[in-house]
Amino acid sequence: MSHEVIKHPGLNLGAAHGPQHDASEALMFGFWIFLMSDAILFGLVFASYVTLVNATAGGPEPHALYDIKSVFIETLLLLASSFTFGMASLALKYQHSTARLIGWLMVTLVLGVTFLDFELHDFVSMFAKDGVPSRSGFLSAFFDLVPLHGLHVAGGCIWLICLVGQIAKYGVDTQAKHGVMRLALFWHFLDIVWIAIYSVVYLAGLA
Amino acid sequence: MSFAEQFQHPLGRLSLESLPFWQMLNDPTRGNVINGVIGTAAALMVVIGTLVTIAMITKYRKWSVLWSQWLTSPDHKKIGIMYVVLALVMLIRALMEALLMRAQQAFGLEGGFLSPDHFAQLFSTHGTIMIFFVAMPFLTGIINYVMPLQIGARDVSFPVLNSISFWLTAAGAALVMISLCIGKFSTGGWFGYPPYTEASFSPGVGPDYWIWALTLASLASTFSGINFAVTIYKKRAPGMKLMVMPLFTWTALCTSIIMIFAMPPLTVAMAQLALDRYLGFHFFTNELGGNMMNFANLFWLFGHPEVYILVLPSFGVYSELISTFSGKSLFGYRSMVIATMAIVALSFAVWMHHFFTMGQSANINAVFGIASMLIGIPTGVKIYDWMWTIFRGRVRFTVPMIYSIGFIYLFVLGGITGILLASPTIDYQVHNTVFLVAHFHNVAIPGALFGLLAGYHFWFPKAFGFRLNERMGKVSAFCWIFGFMLAFFPLYALGLMGLPRRSVAYTEPSYVPLEIAAFLGAILLTVALVTLVVQLWVSIKQRDKNRVFAGDPWDGRSLEWSVSAPPPEYNFAVIPVVTGRDAFTLAKEGGKAYPLPESYTDIEMPKNSVMGPVLGAIGFALAFGLVWHILWMVILFFVAAVVTMIVYGFARDTTRIVPAQQVQQEHRRWLDAVAAATGISRADEYQSANQGLAEMTIHEVPA
Ligand code: HEM
Ligand SMILES: [Cu+2]
Repeated sequence: MSHEVIKHPGLNLGAAHGPQHDASEALMFGFWIFLMSDAILFGLVFASYVTLVNATAGGPEPHALYDIKSVFIETLLLLASSFTFGMASLALKYQHSTARLIGWLMVTLVLGVTFLDFELHDFVSMFAKDGVPSRSGFLSAFFDLVPLHGLHVAGGCIWLICLVGQIAKYGVDTQAKHGVMRLALFWHFLDIVWIAIYSVVYLAGLA
Repeated sequence: MSFAEQFQHPLGRLSLESLPFWQMLNDPTRGNVINGVIGTAAALMVVIGTLVTIAMITKYRKWSVLWSQWLTSPDHKKIGIMYVVLALVMLIRALMEALLMRAQQAFGLEGGFLSPDHFAQLFSTHGTIMIFFVAMPFLTGIINYVMPLQIGARDVSFPVLNSISFWLTAAGAALVMISLCIGKFSTGGWFGYPPYTEASFSPGVGPDYWIWALTLASLASTFSGINFAVTIYKKRAPGMKLMVMPLFTWTALCTSIIMIFAMPPLTVAMAQLALDRYLGFHFFTNELGGNMMNFANLFWLFGHPEVYILVLPSFGVYSELISTFSGKSLFGYRSMVIATMAIVALSFAVWMHHFFTMGQSANINAVFGIASMLIGIPTGVKIYDWMWTIFRGRVRFTVPMIYSIGFIYLFVLGGITGILLASPTIDYQVHNTVFLVAHFHNVAIPGALFGLLAGYHFWFPKAFGFRLNERMGKVSAFCWIFGFMLAFFPLYALGLMGLPRRSVAYTEPSYVPLEIAAFLGAILLTVALVTLVVQLWVSIKQRDKNRVFAGDPWDGRSLEWSVSAPPPEYNFAVIPVVTGRDAFTLAKEGGKAYPLPESYTDIEMPKNSVMGPVLGAIGFALAFGLVWHILWMVILFFVAAVVTMIVYGFARDTTRIVPAQQVQQEHRRWLDAVAAATGISRADEYQSANQGLAEMTIHEVPA
């Protein structure tokens, strides 16, 4: 049986894995569809935010709450983590050493966790300025949207740790490869969502 | 007690007052006693039903079989059957509630016997159950069973996810069921509009039950949609091109696409309402900038596409069986496909017709009104296609055909009243009256329920290897059709006379005769359901007379009829090669319906997985903890859910091999049975002589 080299959207599993392409194809395609559904979810939460952004009800407004410097650092962290995940994917694709794969994954993890740490600080300082979700419709929408992305990133971090665990236990087997490939999609997707948050929430809010 | 205090208590807000008979015992007024007795009886039915089921399974020592053959099975056929069983059980409850509501309104002139609060729970649970735990599991079950067989696949793409979807749905249904025994369900209707469902107006557990039941169902349907779409795109047998797929598979695909895009709005609406209720957010509250219109938009952004999720699979069923029982290929296949796709696209562009009266400008109303009316066009195309399929066919008046013909008449009527309602000016007159109730039952019952019941009769012999009793099926079908007409036609008139929907009582004497007619209709519908249950019972008793092991009792046209009944777990001993539409009919005409393969190969199948039942149980417990503010339960089961998924990630070796030897044995045994069977002519299909082999001398009537 002959197999086309890249049948599935996503990364090649390598020539040695012919028949496995079929299985991966459905898996990766399914994950793309899941992300599409998730994108709708984010889109609607964005829409809620946009409709409620002026509903400050006399409470603090974006100017008083957002700290663009911190958010800019977060953006850089997340973009960098997408780059390092890309390096991990290349390590997987060209079957570099497992150590290199795990190394890049760990760097990504550190960047992701640092991102979350910065974000948490943002929230704490917002809380200190009476920027709590129960204060107004605007703050409710903010604390639905931005932490939803944060929770996704946290979930991605846990997933990443699990994948490293799986690789430690089984080596880079097919399932671990599938895991890394799907997490990569997830991670880049969250990056795109973040760009939207950065523009719609922070830049527009401070403009 | 404040929220925080409730969460500190080890039992949250659970107390003796949560029991359905508590109020009646402490304050035995006449009204309290009547409502308490009804509530307690319902709770007892749930408890006794559960206990009897458990006792029977224990008595016949079926636990291990049940566990290993069914509950943990990743087999799409078994999961499909479990979905349908769930739907039928929930249908019993929802129909009983409908009967009770109709009884209340029939005697509603002097106030009736139910309290307003009780009545409100009834329409809320009835609507919620019918949509999310009857129609949805029913159609998901039938898609699950039939679609992989129709496309020549051995299972869906993600069998374990499929099982998880089922168990999450079951958990949601269980949550609604337990609300009968502990606490009260929401009184906010099936779409639970805030601010009424906010903590300030409905502080009790009701809306929380509703929120978490819907959240579980919503997640489950999202996963099902993804699973089905991937299966249809990626697992078709060679030659099964998109434009060759049976129409039921097409509607399954379109339904899945709607699920993927339309369930997220529901999830978001539920999550935001939960944030409001639990953490004091202000999405939909009256104060501090909340805006309930966001909820209305989110909910109906889901809600309207949802009604197409409900009807499209039934459209698919009708297409299959009208073509089968007319002995003709489907008229206008291509137009059917295009019409289905058009409906999918339009279904996302009309949601605002659910709130024409809620304050947007006339221009916006006009746009959405016109968009809504446009849906009549593709639907009309379908109706004509079905009629042209029947035209000049050799029609057999079987049970599914009775449903189909009832459907064609009644659905046209429901569609016409829909187009009336799509005009904002008319809607202003009749919105929120029982005219609307009549309209949506007029589309939901013939459009969704009849199709699913017809599908149940059609594919039952495939799933269980014997036919259902034909006579009782006919009695039941006619009771459904005429019961429906008697129960709902009066509501059109009542609506025009001004009776608001959800009325517990009224003061207008001229409503009474029509109300009584509608009540009689509901009784007839109950007879229909009872007949259905008796039919199943009788058919099981007589099963040996009605076996159709050879697998093709109706002279079927698509691939699911080309395997034994019931099919082997791997569906196809050898994956078929498809040459065109109506693949099995083509094979029969070419004399190649039952080929003897030269060799067999090992088949790789998924192993059983406990993930489904475990995640379902965790989902249920987590939701229960959230409803009752039991903090430790919430934390415990949240952690359990995460840990379970992590552990599952470490699972390897999740498939097993069915050896070629065994495949050969089973396949040969079936082929021998086929060779031994005598073909049955179409006219004699409902007789015992039908062994599931169609007579081969068939001449197609030109279309
Ligand atoms: C089979 C016989 C059925 C009967 C006798 C029946 C009867 C009723 C009645 C009496 C109501 C309350 C009407 C009112 O507000 O005044 C109602 C509401 C409703 N029914 Fe049915 N029904 C049936 C089947 C169905 C089916 C199959 C579905 C959906 C697939 C359905 C969905 C609903 C919904 C969504 C509501 C609205 C609940 C609300 O007001 O929030 N029903 N039904
Ligand atoms: Cu609608």
